[in-house]
Amino acid sequence: MAASAPAFPQGPVASRGGMTGRRRRNLIAGYAFLIPNLLGVLAFSLFPIATTIYLTFHEWNLSDTPVFNGLQNFVLMAGDSLFWKTLGNTFYYTFVAVPVAVFLAFWLALLLDRKMRGVLSFRVIYFLPHVTLTVAASIIWAWIFQAEFGLINWALSKINVDGPYWLTDSRWAMISIIIMSNWKGIGYAMLIFLAGLQGIPAELLDAATVDGANGWRRLRHVKVPLLTPTIFFILTTSFIGAFQAFDQFMIMTNGGPAFATTPLVLYIYRNGFAYFKMGYATSMAAILFLCILAITLFQWSVARRWVYGFDMDN
Amino acid sequence: MILPFLWMISSSLKTRSQVWVFPPDWIPDPVQWYNYVEALSGLPFHVYTFNTLRITIPVLLGTLLTASMCGYGFARMRFPGRDTLFMVFLSVLMLPAIVTMIPVFVMFTHLGWVNTLKPLIIPPILGGGPFNVFLFRQFFRTIPNELSDAARMDGCGDLYIYWRIILPLSRPVLATVAIFTFLANWNDFIGPLLYLQSDSKRTIALGLATFLGLYSTNWELLMAAATTVTIPALILFLFCQRYFVEGVVLTGLQGV
Repeated sequence: MAASAPAFPQGPVASRGGMTGRRRRNLIAGYAFLIPNLLGVLAFSLFPIATTIYLTFHEWNLSDTPVFNGLQNFVLMAGDSLFWKTLGNTFYYTFVAVPVAVFLAFWLALLLDRKMRGVLSFRVIYFLPHVTLTVAASIIWAWIFQAEFGLINWALSKINVDGPYWLTDSRWAMISIIIMSNWKGIGYAMLIFLAGLQGIPAELLDAATVDGANGWRRLRHVKVPLLTPTIFFILTTSFIGAFQAFDQFMIMTNGGPAFATTPLVLYIYRNGFAYFKMGYATSMAAILFLCILAITLFQWSVARRWVYGFDMDN
Repeated sequence: MILPFLWMISSSLKTRSQVWVFPPDWIPDPVQWYNYVEALSGLPFHVYTFNTLRITIPVLLGTLLTASMCGYGFARMRFPGRDTLFMVFLSVLMLPAIVTMIPVFVMFTHLGWVNTLKPLIIPPILGGGPFNVFLFRQFFRTIPNELSDAARMDGCGDLYIYWRIILPLSRPVLATVAIFTFLANWNDFIGPLLYLQSDSKRTIALGLATFLGLYSTNWELLMAAATTVTIPALILFLFCQRYFVEGVVLTGLQGV
């Protein structure tokens, strides 16, 4: 992030440093401004990380004393077919939902990026799902996907297609949830793309037109390259978000049928708060974190090759 | 995009037998307003709204204050360790809530804060949200130094500069952070699910999920409940959609 943020001049105090009294005053004043957040990071980020590391080597049911069990949690995990299944579900969901959402959002933004009346109201319409509660949206879509009387299968019946039992069919349940999630999430990405598109200087596009570039070439060689930082931002944040998706799985299918839509987060939640296997749940959370970290770092490391103006040191 | 909302409203006004009709009718006949009465008796919307606001409003005000202070410290002050601390903040940004969920829950269990609103209010205020801090910092850095220099010459301290000069110039980013904080807390489901057990403390999201558990196939009632919680928010959004749109745009541009 902040890849293209310009370098700013140092604060005014810089030139006046040196005096120890002033230095100390700066130090105290500086930390005074940071204190609430420092406490927050300490209590709700660093302390939990330490606890996580401790708990991964222990077995604990939340009430008794934690029992040290070495690497047993990870041995258990390696042989736990549900862990692998739910981890796989998380990857399936993430790697289908995110690329589809980014592609559709980009395409929609291109469609809406023109001077015409009603564009604003289109933006508003696409953003409506984003301000709807995920729980409410999940309930609405559960009814839309209802097999016998739902909206989707009624629409499909109009074109003589016998719709599947969406949420209760293990082949379609995940796809249903992906559809709902993208309906909800696409407006946000589209708005950001639209802002990016409207920030492209008209001279650049005009120059390309003068050079004989048609619509496709202007898109391919001007718009897309200039928007790569925006695409990168949306991709990285969407991946992190998708790995942690929870609400819609809990509400729409409760993880079923037969664990077909249980993401790792839901499995962790059940292990922790239904079976009280705190050590095991924490260990799985640590693995999930490593997955997110690995994917984020990978995206950063390849960004230089495709993101316009990308610079690792912000 | 809005078809699901129309379908929701249409279903919410049908009688139970009308819901189970294929092919479905879009216009309910007769219009069954009574669904709302029945839904609201199972879903005390005013209680849930009150609880949600009791969480959202302190979080909103507290976050605006702490995150902007922190952003000010990082953007416009110089002190030893500043850049190292900022790197720590940026790494925390990548730490998913799911990882800290269990340790934080354990901590609040020990403090006896389970089944109170505190676990949902205190962490976001104190944490300020690393992304919010980041947004404030980026924005503050674009404000020219001349203004604060002049104030400093006059002997004003950082607190004055922050409160009287920088903050009044930062309306766009304040609005953005306010909107995202509001949306995140209003939409939060797993937090209330973990911490709020008694019915009288439930938030809208949690209350609606509980309602689903009770009326799992009474779609006309579920849709009435969904409509009740959705429509006020949509109207609120339509009134201030300009700020929403600008806020989203600002985040996107600051973020890249």
